[in-house]
Amino acid sequence: MSTVVAKDRPRAAVHKFASCDGCQLALLNLGEDLLLLSSLVEFVHFAEAGQVNPEAPVDIAFVEGSISTAKDVERIQRVRARSRFLVAIGACATAGGLQALRNLADGQAWIADVYASPDYVDSLQSSTAVAQHVKVDLELWGCPVNSRQLIAAVRALLFGVAPFEEHDKVCLECKRAQVVCVMVAHGLPCMGPVTRTGCGALCPSFGRDCYACYGPAENPNTEVLGRRLEGLGLAPAAIGRCFLSINNGAPPFTEAGLRRVHEHD
Amino acid sequence: MNELSLPHEAEVAECVRESPTVFTLRLRFRDSERHARYRFAPGQFNMLYLYGVGEVPISIVSDPLDDTLFDHTIRAVGRVTRGLAQLRAGDRLGIRGPYGRGWPLPQALGRDVMIITGGLGCAPAVSVINYVMRRRGNFGELIIMQGVKHADDLIWAERYRRWSTLAHTQVLVAADVGSALWPWHVGHVTDLFARARIDAHKSIVMMCGPEGMMHIAADLLRARGVSESAIWLSMERSMQCAVGRCGHCQIGGKFVCTDGPVFNYPEIKDLISVRGL
Amino acid sequence: METGFLPRGRFHELLAALHRSGYRCLGPRVREGAIVYAAILVAEDLPRGARDHQAAGHYRIEQTASPRYFAWANGPQALKPIVFAPQEVLWRVRRQADGGLEFHRQTPPAERLAVIGVRACDLAALALQDRHFLGAAGDDPHYAARRAELFLVAVHCSDPSDVCFCVSTGDGPQASSGFDLALCELDSGFIVESGSDRGAVVAAELGLEAVGGDARAAAARQADAARTRQHRSLPGRDLRAALFANLEHPGWEEVAGRCLACGNCTSVCPTCFCHASVETPALDGGMSVHARAWDSCFSQGHSYIHGLTVRSDTRARYRQWLTHKLGSWHEQFGRSGCVGCGRCISWCPVGIDITEEAATVCTGVADE
Repeated sequence: MSTVVAKDRPRAAVHKFASCDGCQLALLNLGEDLLLLSSLVEFVHFAEAGQVNPEAPVDIAFVEGSISTAKDVERIQRVRARSRFLVAIGACATAGGLQALRNLADGQAWIADVYASPDYVDSLQSSTAVAQHVKVDLELWGCPVNSRQLIAAVRALLFGVAPFEEHDKVCLECKRAQVVCVMVAHGLPCMGPVTRTGCGALCPSFGRDCYACYGPAENPNTEVLGRRLEGLGLAPAAIGRCFLSINNGAPPFTEAGLRRVHEHD
Repeated sequence: MNELSLPHEAEVAECVRESPTVFTLRLRFRDSERHARYRFAPGQFNMLYLYGVGEVPISIVSDPLDDTLFDHTIRAVGRVTRGLAQLRAGDRLGIRGPYGRGWPLPQALGRDVMIITGGLGCAPAVSVINYVMRRRGNFGELIIMQGVKHADDLIWAERYRRWSTLAHTQVLVAADVGSALWPWHVGHVTDLFARARIDAHKSIVMMCGPEGMMHIAADLLRARGVSESAIWLSMERSMQCAVGRCGHCQIGGKFVCTDGPVFNYPEIKDLISVRGL
Repeated sequence: METGFLPRGRFHELLAALHRSGYRCLGPRVREGAIVYAAILVAEDLPRGARDHQAAGHYRIEQTASPRYFAWANGPQALKPIVFAPQEVLWRVRRQADGGLEFHRQTPPAERLAVIGVRACDLAALALQDRHFLGAAGDDPHYAARRAELFLVAVHCSDPSDVCFCVSTGDGPQASSGFDLALCELDSGFIVESGSDRGAVVAAELGLEAVGGDARAAAARQADAARTRQHRSLPGRDLRAALFANLEHPGWEEVAGRCLACGNCTSVCPTCFCHASVETPALDGGMSVHARAWDSCFSQGHSYIHGLTVRSDTRARYRQWLTHKLGSWHEQFGRSGCVGCGRCISWCPVGIDITEEAATVCTGVADE
């Protein structure tokens, strides 16, 4: 494949906040498309790929990770100010990530339990989504985001149009793939009916239940799904954990999860 | 129909700014033979394909007798239409169409023609106005009513002014929110019915706009003695295939893309009054 | 037209005859815990002894010692995914260096396919899809290409599930038309009838035996049993007037509270035809693919127009599903869109029952 490097390529940056780097890997794992992508946009800052220039103004900024420290709060403002189009990628950036579980607990007590010298840990009480701090132009959900969605977003921006946003439920994609429903045929506690599509129904196509890593779909009926999970034999605490998982910080899941957890109280 | 379901390459001859968000694309097919063969009726629509982005249904606003170009007036509001707004002369796009049932122009011959529109609903109806103007002797009175939310939303203000100076033509324009020097009514377009010179037995009415507005207007017209079968309205729904297959445009049992978009009021009067149908 | 009896031990001859005629055979197989259509090479591929247990929101396969291949009601698929693909490319467009656009239609596939084990409800649904995709507006080329080469081997339903109600809709359990061959499965073998010229040609190759009186009596008893076993029903064949008279019935709000709006019912429904356009440009910008994919009236995108979702809540979406399926289909296709297969009941994750909801909303509420 020959890749002609376009002149005046749009400039892009990949910023990392509190995260595992898995979403950046979705970019690095593009293979041949990564070469093509870097001929279309110039990555001026992408630490994992060896480019470091975090203060450079860019056309597209991909932001991975949640806002978790006082420094993050300040740094995301600088990222926003230097970026024309800001894309939050992955569950941490769109919902605060797994680490947002501390928002629902006494995070300082956890730190004291875990670390020998808790004084060295300088983090906020909460881990929050990027959109709670600055204007986000596009959110790509998922843990991790998938490469197809990243490419589609970049392609749309290069065409000068808004990227297409997927809001449907996983079930629609699952049925298009002609996967047999794991909830109906196997009684698994599948989160697909309330979860945003985009993954290609990956887990159900391997016979396991969706665990909602793409966050809430539009119009999610969490109450009814919770009741169904109860019917499948899950205890309220277990149902709560289904919602309070990777996307526990997404409001419909926070609310549904806490409701179930508090049934104990 | 199969012939129609694949887009054909067209070229932008001109992009005209009508307002900050509304623009008109003036188009021709690249294949001059196709262009020469292309025929449509006022009220029909085309599917406009923006390369790599997708399709949108847009009504054709130009005069069917103008064989140089065909025009689409569009509000930049979604991802496709915002992208279309960036096209410039010489840019290419795909066109398939025309689709749907247009305005009942043969039935309008010899009658008073009343055009009631709201917002960008004026676009699908302007072709009727042009059609009547070109054949003025074949029609009776022409009453043009147009309502907008805000005075700034009114496009083609100059045309409305010009039409209002013509004989046998009444122009009634309203804006919910006026502006300095707004020469027309401030309020709903439906407020203006009392002033409309309606001859109930001679009139045919064509409407296009928000469903709530058309619903109220139909009630007012019936109260003035206009028969239901003399009222026609152009409906809008999501359309993705335009050939009655994809199912998005359904209202009750109607496929708006093939049964409409222009409907006779009795066909859908029970449907447009129900929210969320 | 009845042609004869095929003993169980000779079933492979039917497969061989179809293979000789150039057909690839699809038939029922147990996959992922359900009956699905998959490639059948030999009779042993068929789900011998499999039974399905279906209830609202529930589907399980049980393996029994029965010698029968078709002693189950149905799986999540009907013929729909075979003729109306869940996602398929319609056309591609290439952009030249000068910005010019070249449109190319995707050539529809044309494979000779025989489907074995088709139910009466599936045939009724296929007839409706034929009307939609091959309607007066002209043929959908993709559907038409698949449909033209389809050879259908129906099997009369001997074991309707707990959710089946085809007797109520008038579409089963016996297949009466629309097949090339129809089989009545008995323990000892199959009564074969042909329903088309090409079906008769295949049947003639089988050297069928005469149908004995016992077999005929057993078939009749089996058909009666399949009929009487069904206990669900719709409140009528034509509910259009009743549904549209009750658009503001409180039942819509009530069912919306129980509905996930996940679209599983519409996906498994063998007659639902809604599909969305999907555009996928290549990253390099030189080419773009225009495809269609199954959509659902339960999705937000289904009724989205420039910034407005016409059916924004589940109440409006459920109402659209039911009033269309059981109501406005009459206006569009001259009959209801429901063939009584029960799939929307079993495969609804929360077990919403279309027959119950129809009964509720068709029972008008007194005006205030």
